[in-house]
Formats: sequence, C-alpha cells, structure tokens
Amino acid sequence: MSELPSAGIVPSVEADWSRASVGDYVQILKPRVMSLVVFTGIVGLAIAPGHLHPFLAAVAILCIAIGAGASGAINMWYDRDIDRVMRRTASRPLPAGRMLPGEALGFGCVLAVGSVAVMGIAVNWVAAELLALTIAFYVFVYTIWLKRRTPQNIVIGGAAGALPPLIGWAAVTGGVGWGAIALFAIIFFWTPPHFWALSLYKSDEYAAAGIPMLPVVAGARETKKQMLLYTLVLWPVTAAPWLLGLAGAVYAGGAGALSLGFTVCATRVWSDTTDRAARQMFAFSLCYLFLIFALLLADHGLGGGR
Amino acid sequence: MADEPHDARWRVIRARNRALLLVLVGLVALFYVLTFVRMGGH
Repeated sequence: MSELPSAGIVPSVEADWSRASVGDYVQILKPRVMSLVVFTGIVGLAIAPGHLHPFLAAVAILCIAIGAGASGAINMWYDRDIDRVMRRTASRPLPAGRMLPGEALGFGCVLAVGSVAVMGIAVNWVAAELLALTIAFYVFVYTIWLKRRTPQNIVIGGAAGALPPLIGWAAVTGGVGWGAIALFAIIFFWTPPHFWALSLYKSDEYAAAGIPMLPVVAGARETKKQMLLYTLVLWPVTAAPWLLGLAGAVYAGGAGALSLGFTVCATRVWSDTTDRAARQMFAFSLCYLFLIFALLLADHGLGGGR
Repeated sequence: MADEPHDARWRVIRARNRALLLVLVGLVALFYVLTFVRMGGH
C-alpha cells in the first residue's frame, strides 16, 4: 500500500552518540510482547509428550525469550521512521534519539544468532531451526514485506507470533505434532481480532504513519465484521486441543466460556459507535489468550487429556 | 552534542559495560552447567 499518505512521516532525529541506557536496551526487546511469547512457549514445552531436563527446558525458554527480543529490536530498527509519527511509539529509544540505529540492529542480530546457536547446541536443532524461522518471518515477511503493504499484514505476519509453542514442543519432542499445530492455530486466529481491536481506536495514527491496517483501508464496518468472524473461527480452533486428546473437560469448558466472552466482545464492537468496546475487546483479547494457555497448563497438571 | 556533560556520557558507558560483563559471566556459567547436564546423559 505504497499509495497511502506518508506525509506525516518526519525524518528521524538521530543522536551523534548513544545515550541509550541499559533500560533502553531492555525496552527495544519489547518485554511485554516477550512475556506472552514466553508463556505460550512454556505451555508448548510443558504439554508436549516426553521429558526434558529442567535446566535444558529453562535454556529453551530463555532462547525463545531472547529470540523474540531480537525480532523486536530489529523491528524497532526498521520501523524507526513510522514509530516517530505514532504517539504510541514515539518515545521508544530510536525515534526519541536516545539510541543509534546501528546499535539496535547490531544488538538484535547478535541476540538472534546467539539465541538460535544456544538453542541448537543446548536443546536440539529442530527447535533452533523453528526459532530461526520465527525471527526471519517476523523481520523479513512481517516487518519488511507485509506491514507497510497490505491490510493482511497481521493475518499472515501473525504466524511469527504463533510459532513459540511449536518451538517449545519441538524442544521436548525433537519434532512437531498435531498438538503443536493446534496451539499454533489458536494464536494464529487470535491475532487478527486482537490487533484490529487496537487499530480501530488507533486508526488515525496508523493512517498518519502510512500503515495500511484494515480499518484504515477497508473502514471500521468491514474490520468489525472480520473481527466477529475470527472470534467464531476460534470456537472450533480452541476446541482442537480437547478433540485431539491433549486436554480434558476443564480446558474444554473454560475455552468454550472464554470464546463466548470473546464473541460477545466482538458483537459489542459491531454495534458500538465509539472506541469503548474496541478498547475493552483489546484488553479482553490479552486475557483470553493468556487464560486459554493457562487452562491448557492447568488441565495438563490435573491429568486432563488422553 | 558538544555541551553534553562528559560525566553523564561516562555513566551511561560504565553502566552498559557492567551489564555486558554480567551477560558474559552469565554465558560462561550457562555453558559450564550445560556441559555438566550433557555429561549426565541428557
């Protein structure tokens, strides 16, 4: 969508020396995104059939966290021009001029290579390859290719965020099974309604930055319809772990109730003319994914599934 | 930024060097423990 207005983009003010503190280095790793990635990775690792030494499991989780952070750092390097335009991102270390672009890129690359290498050496190379795929997909496919070109950016790019449970699963089993694919599908279909809820009430900022999010390109009505459809798709998708025998009745009941709540949120967004319902849905979506995976973990602990 | 206080710059650099040292020590410790775990047959 290069036709979108980009007049709001102002040249980045870059520092002549780096004022970046240790906190700024932590900030470019996107710790809030990292926390959800780590949690879903832990669940993939915990419910996979098999056993992994607790120390190696901790190393696998550390590598997933660092790999996710590396993707975030490279993303912030590439997006520093549009981050400067959006209020939500203008105070990040790069657009604020506290960190040099080369520092963020170098830091991200070192962490990316390091996390994949340690995963391969310490755990196994299937998990390492999946981690490398996740980082590459997020950087090249989502950030560089899709984000500024198509309203389907977060639909296809969502695959990167959906891979961590597969990495956790592969760390234990050395491969990928149907259970891992079910976990992948849950995050994959959860991502569009989650991000579109945010972009509904931030559409002005996305438009100013020239990012073709669905509300900017197709309008609020179409976005709300798509969000509702995705919440309906999540019903069978979240039931998949139960159908595959990976989880029991506790999970099935909880996931059904949560999916009902998510769909109710989407219907409220559909009929709401203000931002309120979209903000509520964004907040609920974060709880939704966390609770779905927490239920899987709890159900596994209680001996659910076959 | 020629008028940037010199000591502020040093403080930032020193804090980052300490953090880097911690990371390197952590990595050494990680590989030591990994070696022992791997030697245990895992």
